Parts: sequence; C-alpha cells; structure tokens
Amino acid sequence: MDIQQTALPGIGLKHEFDTHSGRHIAVISHRSGRRDLIVYDRNDPDRACEAIALNDDEADALVELLGAPRIVQRLNDLHREIEGLVSLQLPIPAGSPYAGRTLGEARIRTRTGASVVAVVRRGQVQTSPGPDYRFEAGDVVVVVGDEENTSEVSDILTDG
Amino acid sequence: MHHTAIVFLELGAIVLALGVLGALALRFGISPIPLYLVAGLAFGEGGLVPLETSESFVAIVAEIGVVLLLLTLGLEYNANELVTSLRGNALAGVVDLVANAAPGVIAALLLGWGPVAAVALGGVTYMTSSGITAKVLSDLGWIGNRETPVVLSLLVFEDLTMAVYLPVLTALLAGVGVLSGAVSVGIALLTVTVVLVVSLKFGRFIEAFVSSPSAEVLLLKVLGLALLVAGIAQQLQVSAAVGAFLVGIALSGELAHEARALLAPLRDLFAAVFFVFFGLQTDPSKIPPVVGLAVLLAVIGMATKLATGAFAARRAGVARAGRARAGIGLIPRGEFNIVIAGLAVAAGVHPDLGPLAATYVLILAAFGPLAARLVEPLLTRLVRSSPS
Repeated sequence: MDIQQTALPGIGLKHEFDTHSGRHIAVISHRSGRRDLIVYDRNDPDRACEAIALNDDEADALVELLGAPRIVQRLNDLHREIEGLVSLQLPIPAGSPYAGRTLGEARIRTRTGASVVAVVRRGQVQTSPGPDYRFEAGDVVVVVGDEENTSEVSDILTDG
Repeated sequence: MHHTAIVFLELGAIVLALGVLGALALRFGISPIPLYLVAGLAFGEGGLVPLETSESFVAIVAEIGVVLLLLTLGLEYNANELVTSLRGNALAGVVDLVANAAPGVIAALLLGWGPVAAVALGGVTYMTSSGITAKVLSDLGWIGNRETPVVLSLLVFEDLTMAVYLPVLTALLAGVGVLSGAVSVGIALLTVTVVLVVSLKFGRFIEAFVSSPSAEVLLLKVLGLALLVAGIAQQLQVSAAVGAFLVGIALSGELAHEARALLAPLRDLFAAVFFVFFGLQTDPSKIPPVVGLAVLLAVIGMATKLATGAFAARRAGVARAGRARAGIGLIPRGEFNIVIAGLAVAAGVHPDLGPLAATYVLILAAFGPLAARLVEPLLTRLVRSSPS
C-alpha cells in the first residue's frame, strides 16, 4: 500500500491512499490537533465529498476499533516470520481459577518465561496489560513465547 | 464636550459598528472586510458621520493592525515550509505574479499615473487574500481536495514575494534615488535571507527566549519583539510589516501555534480598525468616477486568477473540476491589497489610487467567496453528468 504525504502550509499534513476497493481516502492532521477523515468523490477524485472532523477522543476510538483485530493478526504474521516464536490466543474458560483474579497473581512470566502481550475482551484489545489487570471468564489472552512455555501458560489458565 | 469623552464616543461608535457589521457578515457567510471598508467610508471625510478628534489615534491603531496581520501570517508558516514551497512551485508562483500584477501595472501606466503608482497598483491586483481564501477552503470543505496544496503553496509564494515587494515599494514611495533605492532593496533581501537562515538553524534559541508557561508573558514577549523588529525594519526602510512577518516566520511549532491563538483577538480588533482607517482616508465622493475601472480590473483579476489556478493545478495532475476550484479559490483579494494601497495612499502617490483599490477589494472580497459557493454545486453537477 502506498501512503502519500503532502504538506499543507499553514494547516498541517495530509496522508492519503487508495483502498483495494478503488476508493481514495485521506487523513488531515491539523496543527491544532484536530483530525479530518476525508473520503473522496467517485466521480471527481480531486474532490473531498465527505470531511469528518474528529477530536482527540474520537480519533483514538476510531483507531481502537479499526486496529483491534489487526493486532492479533499482526502477531500471527510475526509468529510465521520468526522461526521458533509462538503466539497463542488462550481463552479463559468459565471454570478457570484465574477468572476474577489478576495477571500478577498468575505469575505467568516468572513461572513459564512466556509473556502476556494483550488481552481481548468483547472485541476490545488491551495491549500490555499490567499486573493488576483482572481476568474475566471469556477473555482471550494473547501469549508470546516458545512452543513449550506457551503450552504451560495454557495449562495454568485452565487448571491453575 | 471633554476631549476624552469625544474620543471614547467616537471609538465606541466605530468598534460597536464593526461588531454589528461582523455579525451581519457572519449571518451571510461573507468576509467582514468589505463591510469594514464601507464603515470607514461612512465615518470618513465626506461620509455620513465624519470623525472629529480620534483620527490620529485610529491611525496608530491601524499601523499596529498591519503589524499584527503580518505577524500572525508569519506565525502560520515555518521556514522549512517556505523553502519547500518555493522549490516545488516556483514556476506557478512566477506565472501568478506576472499574470496578476500585469493588469494593475498596465492600467496605472495607461492612465499616466507614473511608474511608482504602477508598482503599487500591480501589488494591489496581484495578492490573493490568504485569510479569505483559507476561510473559503475550510467553509466549503475543500481542505482535503487534491488541488488545495497547490492553492496553499501559491499563497505561500505570494506571501514570500510580499516580503521582498514591500521593501521595494517602501523605497520607491520614499522617493529615494536609484542608488539608495537599490541599497534599501539590498538591505531588505539580505534581512529576509538572514532571518530565514537564522530561523532554520537557530530558531530554537529565539523560541527559548520567547517561550513561557504564562500566556501573559508569551503574549507580551511576542508582541514586543514584533513591534521592536517592525520599528527597526521601518527605520531601515524595509517596511515595518515585513519586520513583523519575519518575526512570525522565526517562531514555529507549538510556540507559534500558542502565540497565534493569543494574538488572534488582538489582531481582529486592530486589523478591523485598520480597514476602517483605510476607508476613513478615502473620500466616498471619489469612488463613482473610478467604479468602471475598478469593475474592469476586478473582472480581469478574476480571469487571471482563474487561469493561474488552472495552470498550477494542471501541473499537479488535477482534473478539470479541480482546476476550476483552484482558480476560484484564488480570486478573493483583501487585507494585504489594502496594506499595499495604504502605503501608497500615505505617500500620496495618486488621489484616485485609494478609491480604486478600495472599490477593487470591495468587489473581490465580497464576490470571491460568493463565486466559490455558487460554483461548487455547479461543478459537482457537471462532473456527475459526464462520468469519466
């Protein structure tokens, strides 16, 4: 994908690209911090037919929504690229001893050497959860390590 | 009546009238600049309610208005942007200069106003109002359009040209000889270059000096620095406005953004008074004889800007509708045309130049944004009906 960057003197920066479905979209980053999401006209590709102004919170929310599934996918790509590196998505089953307990209590890195890099809860991704992050039944824990220690994590999360 | 009482009454009447006119402009979505000019005509000599005592005070306020206009313009850009823009769009910028200054220069020469008036009138017909154009682009949602970077870089080029043009004009208006004129132009070019280099390499030192967590301190430092440099520039006959512009260029990043936000209300007040002051100096009874010429120049001015925009956008690979939008976006004239005309009027170049410039800007400041609004749906329909 080819992202083009254009300076807008006095305003900020524009990044734009063509989607595979043939639409042209852009994001304008104003110096004031405002972001505009721009969708271009099909008939007149030079014209912005929609310009949606987003404040900081809205831009963050949009990034989260668009980015969540991508993080898991990128981890899988990483896994494929590096020999010996394993990333697993491990669900916390209803009967798990750690449902309702914190990541710190599970002492996963100390016990196995594998790392918890993210937790997916109801479609939202929490990246790099801290030791006081509390698991819930139904969470999907994303673990990175080697073949052996990731399967140990799987056992811990299911049976304690 | 007591002197202070009269001054307050007159100033109050002016500022209040401007407020009401501003609200009116907002209501109809047009630039308030033409309305401010009309207000000045009404208050001035031969107008409806001529001012008696406060004109000298208004004159100083107007001068500060010019400094603030140029300072905030400079704050919008940083030196990097200027250099990049200059490199990429020099040809389009030169076409813009030649095509749009020529009508003013030729008109003044044909009228027999002399070469100095020709240089001044060329400046009046050349400059696009970056303030009005930026507002049109943002109001119509054109900022994301592909022709917009072209329009913006032309505006940058014009502003940089002005940094060289104003000192030349100042020297010519001062009536200095060819030699000292050349010297003062040399000083101007040198100053502009030095400031650009200094702000590219050492901008952070100036920023470290000006920067402050307190909005009050920042405001006072930036304003003080701008007025001081403007004064020095005026003394060197480089033009006060250019001094202020260069101070704005030297400041960049977050600091420039903050300073701009702080200065905006001040600029709005002082610049509004500047437009009134220009109107004050213009006798309304002098306008009717020049209306025909002003309309002719305005029509030519629209055509030349349309052609310039189309040419520049075409070079950037923009299709037909976008080329038309680029041209229309460049039509509005406004604040800087009045700044140029103001300098010429103050030097007493030609009695008809003030009224002509006022009428010209009145037409194009009002009609430019209107044209953009009218043409937008037309262009959209045109593109829809002929699918590519």
